[in-house]
Amino acid sequence: MSKVQLSETRKVTIRAFRFNAETDYLPYYKNYEMEVGKDELILDLMNRIKWEHDGSFSYRRSCRHGICGACAIKVNGKATLACKQNAIELLDLFDNEITLEPSSTKRAIKDMIIDKSDFWEKHAAVKPYVVADVDPRPEHESKQSIAEFNNFLDSDLCIQCGACHYSCPALEVNDAFLGPAALNAAYRFTVDTRDEAGQERLELTAEMGSGVWDCVKCFECAEACPKEINPIEKITKLHNLQFSEGVAVSNVATRHAEGFLRGMKKTGYLDEADIVTYSEGYLGMHKHLKTAMKMMKAGKIHWHSGIPFINSIPKIKNLDEVQKLIEISQTNKL
Amino acid sequence: MSEQLHYALFTGCTAKQSTPELLSSTLAVADKLGIKITILEEASCCGASHIQDFDEFLAHVLNARNICYAEKLGLTMITICNTCQLNSAMTKHALDSDPELKARVNEKLAEVGLEYKGTSEIKHFLYTLIDEYGLENVQDKVTTPLSHLNIAPFYGCHNIRPSELHEEANGHENPYNPNSLDRLIAALEGNPVNYESKNKCCGFHVELQANHTSEVLAGNALLDAMDNNADVMVTPCPLCHLKMDTYQDSVGKVMGRDVELPVLHMPQMVALALGCTEKEIGLNFHVQKAKHLYTEAS
Repeated sequence: MSKVQLSETRKVTIRAFRFNAETDYLPYYKNYEMEVGKDELILDLMNRIKWEHDGSFSYRRSCRHGICGACAIKVNGKATLACKQNAIELLDLFDNEITLEPSSTKRAIKDMIIDKSDFWEKHAAVKPYVVADVDPRPEHESKQSIAEFNNFLDSDLCIQCGACHYSCPALEVNDAFLGPAALNAAYRFTVDTRDEAGQERLELTAEMGSGVWDCVKCFECAEACPKEINPIEKITKLHNLQFSEGVAVSNVATRHAEGFLRGMKKTGYLDEADIVTYSEGYLGMHKHLKTAMKMMKAGKIHWHSGIPFINSIPKIKNLDEVQKLIEISQTNKL
Repeated sequence: MSEQLHYALFTGCTAKQSTPELLSSTLAVADKLGIKITILEEASCCGASHIQDFDEFLAHVLNARNICYAEKLGLTMITICNTCQLNSAMTKHALDSDPELKARVNEKLAEVGLEYKGTSEIKHFLYTLIDEYGLENVQDKVTTPLSHLNIAPFYGCHNIRPSELHEEANGHENPYNPNSLDRLIAALEGNPVNYESKNKCCGFHVELQANHTSEVLAGNALLDAMDNNADVMVTPCPLCHLKMDTYQDSVGKVMGRDVELPVLHMPQMVALALGCTEKEIGLNFHVQKAKHLYTEAS
């Protein structure tokens, strides 16, 4: 919340990322001093840099209503839709020191403008539209009931600004990962009752290395979205759909998700050793031997009767309740 | 404090298995501070966000059952694992905001004689120390100041994101500029290390299925802390601890640099400053050597 009184302004130095891919070898940062008023947005600050300090300062902007998604940038690493974000709020959050950067510095073309082609390629890959044989002269509208509409959750509100996509650390490391925006779109159209490509999308998003199983569960996307969409919620729904629609094949990731129940049925706890063995399969265990030896040496894995991992886990009280609840509540199978 | 603080402790799985030092140091700290702890011995695994991927409804039923036992005691449920905190809080939020889901879950719980009411708060131990016990009261109990240590706080995702879910339980911590651990370190007279990766992901959850991603994320954070002169890293999450402590050799290979940094659990750090015993602190359970911290601290 703004701490300034009405009519009060604050004198600050705004630091901005500058780079022109055509002429600069490396990016650099420049400081701009200005008085910031209580109602000014980050977009206003960018306008003032351009209009009052340096006409070559470049950024994308269009609607100024938080709907076109053009002005997404980062402020001190925080994904920010410039036309929606009050400047004083961020100055308060970051002790009056803010740095404007493009959503992805490594994809910068000129100042705040980035090459978003990777975002659009991934978005297109999930077929973000209703796939259906449509009668060119329909007698009725193709209606959605309220219940069917509610099934989309809030996934339909995406403005393709890229805030979540360029905040995703999994994508930062793994270029092949579809990322939260594309997966949100995949969910949106997969649960649309008019659509016929659900199975195809579920298979695409089930692929190891690029699909939902590469999400690291950091919730950066949920925090980044200016439309408060919570993309990781849709990623979890896609995970569940892969099991409920029978798309999930047995692999290290699906066994890892389902395998938690093995330990829980026996002791109530996850069985840390069993989950690795079960997920990887015995042949895959060679990768973990060195780590397992170190963990054993440090007393992290227990050794009983000469056999590692056996009966080393205590049982919870009232274990029968957990067993019963799994039996009567489980809805999905691998 | 006029009344003794009393909490129901949800230990989670790792404190009962690979990180026994987390449980012993938590209990030792509570004992030193005069906080009463009742361990929820009935509580099962929270699903760690993986059962949630497999069967969301089942995950809600199992987490609601855990919360029922804290409700029976009429106590706040405290967690010592960020992921336990997240998954318990997600179930609580889902059930408290969706009466139809709550009814469906309670239908199952009724089969084992339980009912989820929504009467217990769920809070990570870190935030009970700060918000309810009070940092100045913690500071009063320090016998071994940590002034010789540069300590890198590593917050762990699931205590700070999504912020909307956690804001009541974590004192409105801002995920882009968190400061609770920094303030705790300062209260113990240690030197908090400021580094960019402190609110980033450790990669634990994709250790098996996306190993390279996992190693790079852990490596980024560990090296960032080391490059900012950290002597030790501290985290409130045992899963971050496991990733960062156990895999330093393989992380080093992926990053092409030697990685060597002791990683403490948050209660271990407090226990060091409060003068708890070596057995309670349990640095012998670490893969990356950390026992030198005893002598340095004494």
